[in-house]
Amino acid sequence: MPSSYAPLAATGTFALIAWVIAIPLAGAAILLLGGRRTNRFGHLLGCAASVGSFVLGAVLFFALLGKPGDQRSYDQHVYTWVPVPGFSADAGFHLDQLSIIFVLLITGVGSLIHIYSVGYMAHDEQRRKFFAYLNLFLAAMLVLVLADNYLLLYAGWEGVGLASYLLIGFWQHKPSAAVAAKKAFIVNRVGDVGLSLAVMLMYTTFGSFAFGPVFNGVSGAKTGTLTAIGLLLLLGACGKSAQFPLQSWLGDAMEGPTPVSALIHAATMVTAGVYLIVRSNAIFDAAPNARLVVTIVGAVTLMLGAIIGCAKDDIKKALAGSTMSQIGYMVLAAGLGPIGYVFAIMHLVTHGFFKAGLFLGAGSVMHGMNDDVNMRHYGALRKFMPWTYVTFGLGYLAIIGCPPFSGYWSKDKIIEAAFSQGGTSGWILGCTTLLGALITAFYMTRVMLMTFFGQKRWVADEQGHEPHPHESPWVMVVPMAVLAVGSVAAGALFSYHSAFVNWLEPVTGHSDGRLPFSDALLQVITLAVVALGVAYAWSLYGRQEVPAQAPAGAFATRAARRDLYGDAFNELVFMRTGQYLTRVLVYFDLKGVDGAVNGIAAGLGGSSGRLRRLQTGFVRSYALSMFGGATLLIAALLLVRG
Amino acid sequence: MNPANYLYLSAILFTLGALGVLIRRNAIVVFMCIELMLNAANLAFVTFARMRGALDGQIIAFFTMVVAAAEVVVGLAIIIMVFRTRRSASVDDANLLKY
Repeated sequence: MPSSYAPLAATGTFALIAWVIAIPLAGAAILLLGGRRTNRFGHLLGCAASVGSFVLGAVLFFALLGKPGDQRSYDQHVYTWVPVPGFSADAGFHLDQLSIIFVLLITGVGSLIHIYSVGYMAHDEQRRKFFAYLNLFLAAMLVLVLADNYLLLYAGWEGVGLASYLLIGFWQHKPSAAVAAKKAFIVNRVGDVGLSLAVMLMYTTFGSFAFGPVFNGVSGAKTGTLTAIGLLLLLGACGKSAQFPLQSWLGDAMEGPTPVSALIHAATMVTAGVYLIVRSNAIFDAAPNARLVVTIVGAVTLMLGAIIGCAKDDIKKALAGSTMSQIGYMVLAAGLGPIGYVFAIMHLVTHGFFKAGLFLGAGSVMHGMNDDVNMRHYGALRKFMPWTYVTFGLGYLAIIGCPPFSGYWSKDKIIEAAFSQGGTSGWILGCTTLLGALITAFYMTRVMLMTFFGQKRWVADEQGHEPHPHESPWVMVVPMAVLAVGSVAAGALFSYHSAFVNWLEPVTGHSDGRLPFSDALLQVITLAVVALGVAYAWSLYGRQEVPAQAPAGAFATRAARRDLYGDAFNELVFMRTGQYLTRVLVYFDLKGVDGAVNGIAAGLGGSSGRLRRLQTGFVRSYALSMFGGATLLIAALLLVRG
Repeated sequence: MNPANYLYLSAILFTLGALGVLIRRNAIVVFMCIELMLNAANLAFVTFARMRGALDGQIIAFFTMVVAAAEVVVGLAIIIMVFRTRRSASVDDANLLKY
């Protein structure tokens, strides 16, 4: 169990917490408000803000490192956000072992990607705006991970959603990008409703949004309420992290510029859901049913993403499928409880390195190939782009879990934790993770072989330009190289003397599970499974020539190309039903409500039009009617009296 | 003489007046028929006053005469104005005020 939540006041070095957020926020503000005047130095300012934030993050990290394990949790109260009697909402930040990992990941990978974007976006007229949005994203994401209460976390959560929307639709002149941005925003909204309901439920249950009262109040709350909060938090996590059933937006989000895909849709934002679950570990520990659902969602997405990744010919969409699948691993691990929290975060960090590296490599390949994303038009690029080949290759080895690269350390631990769960569910989850490792090895080998090996299958673009693949400029290569170093070394470094586990244990708690069989056997099986995936992919894409036109494919391939009909399902169940519902409502409105109102008016109008004809203008006819009327009146009077 | 005969005469005069109003087109004739109806009513009032030996009916007859005189002044003025503008005294021609 984690020690109870009792942070210290942030003084001295730790008073810098707010500045970590303020720097990129100021960068975004200057670039957005300064307008065209900042075009000349916008990219440099963006990079400087990001690096500055990273340096502060590193200072805070070393300051934490210098403290003993039970004094690594700090709260900084900035101001009272909503000063209303009977309701308290503060803007305050919380720094501990978990949030500092995220701060370093976000600002570190973020800085590398900022630098990479200087080269990647060099020819884009809107480059300054791009950096403004990237800085805005950094600020919002840092608010998300540093908030000391769920309301501020929610503000950051919405902020990253906005930044994601702006960046997916950055090339909004392309209709596909504009639609993808809208789709991401709307699907995220479904998840956000879940998170906001969870936050409200927390307030009614614990009387506060702040982490302290919530986590310390868990023991006094009903299990049913905690399960409800857990499931609503999971819904929020599903939206942001592209987990089943809200996974459909991530593939389309690849319409954004590649650095965005690397930073937001691979390394940081999409992992916010995992952060949310791990941060709320106190709630999930007390709600085993919610945790079970978390593992199921993780396992389903893990398989779903992997299968989709196998069939995509678009290099970025294949990597997006892979991201979905890897986050599935993290969510599954987080759902395992104290056995898995630490490894969820560890895999999150190593994944941040190698997946960002892979995406930057994909961006570098696209840069050299006239922005063609179809892997069937690649081939033999290893001779032309050696640096990209090497860095992508190292990321590849890391993601398939080849020892001693970083993915091996983190993924292996998740597989181990899944089997340690025990019972039938342990076996099911363990076998799912193993199968996921097999498919991961298959699809990543496929990407690798189709891109860098085989024969040239290059085609000219629409304007007739033949591609001339060339190595990208150093400003793009260096970040890729740094991330490749991370993909190689991070796992081993984290696992050295269980450094990562010891670091996070005070926040998340940790318990070692017990494997139903020997550890060595599992290692052998995992490696065998990975080797099998690699070999099968080689037999399909290495030994045989890859056709430049996609073959029709079996039913499963066609289904996977269409994201396993996720979009078709959404369209059929939600969009069409919604359309029919609105159509019925419109019909009711037009025929029912409007019909009644218009009918009464038309009836009155029509009858008065007819009655009007009585006014002929002939005095004598009026006289006759008066005479007749008088006669009738008198007759009636006589009758009544009679 | 039996006073009921005056009432019969009054009824006959009133009927003649009413028929004249309904049938004739000339505004002057219609006007005179209205006077005829008013005076038929006056005759009935006076007869009833005589039959009952009370003065009420006779007083009302005076009122009627005053009202009729005023009405003649206004009515004749309108008829003359209409005749001047439309060159016709027919009540059917003056039918602009309609639907």
